[in-house]
Amino acid sequence: MFVLFSVMIIVFSILTVTTRKILRAATYLLLVLVSTSGLYFMLNYQFMAAVQLTLYAGGIVVLIIFSILLTSHISQKFEPVGIKKTIFSGLAAIAGAILSIVTILDYQFSANTEAAKEVDMKLIGRSLLSVDYDGYVLPFEVISILLLAAMIAAIIVAKKGGPSNTKTPTYN
Amino acid sequence: MITGVPVQYFLILATLMFFAGVYGFLTRRNLITMLMATELILNSVNINFMAFNRYLYPQKMEGMFFSLFVIAVAASEAAVAIAIIINIYRRFATINVEDVNQMKF
Repeated sequence: MFVLFSVMIIVFSILTVTTRKILRAATYLLLVLVSTSGLYFMLNYQFMAAVQLTLYAGGIVVLIIFSILLTSHISQKFEPVGIKKTIFSGLAAIAGAILSIVTILDYQFSANTEAAKEVDMKLIGRSLLSVDYDGYVLPFEVISILLLAAMIAAIIVAKKGGPSNTKTPTYN
Repeated sequence: MITGVPVQYFLILATLMFFAGVYGFLTRRNLITMLMATELILNSVNINFMAFNRYLYPQKMEGMFFSLFVIAVAASEAAVAIAIIINIYRRFATINVEDVNQMKF
């Protein structure tokens, strides 16, 4: 099962960055995110898998597909990347991957064999709002402010027109 | 913990995904596909956090919360980025990074 998920993740990640049709890239990205959530289920993190499915696969991919539909022609293909750029970017990526994998295989991880903690919803909710030693109330508040600011900023930026740029000439 | 799957497999998987994202970020010339490559990179880091948490410190929850916050940051980043992309498209009628060079000196 792990092999299936990881092969899906690797193949579809590479297809995401190499396909020449933009909507296909979005679909492959969706498949990558769904298989990642499958990995989280296998690791027994049900809450995180659900968040991954709803927020990433549900929210972000839908947002990306909507913006693709707003800004591109579906049938349009990208022009192929230059051979020089492909070679150099591929070399950089492969060299980085090999370096990281060699380092990972070199390091002796001492896997902890004690019984895993059962992470259920009640525990997550308590920890997110607790001020004790294991509490995360400060990062929770910070992330709330960040999300609010991002939403307001997105609305302001994408709002059509406005007093300042109603008469702005369209370049190009 | 999955029996028979050491933690290194997860790390290698995340590495390959990360560098696929890096490759896409370097070669793509369309803003939306560059955003997709960024999502790939963030997602691979999440896999690392979860695997470390489950394999090396199964009694704690730090890795899980860290990836929860990474997902929140990724969501807000995607929202702002897409707002900017739509604004750019409205103004320049293209989202190709090489055509948007008004601020270039």
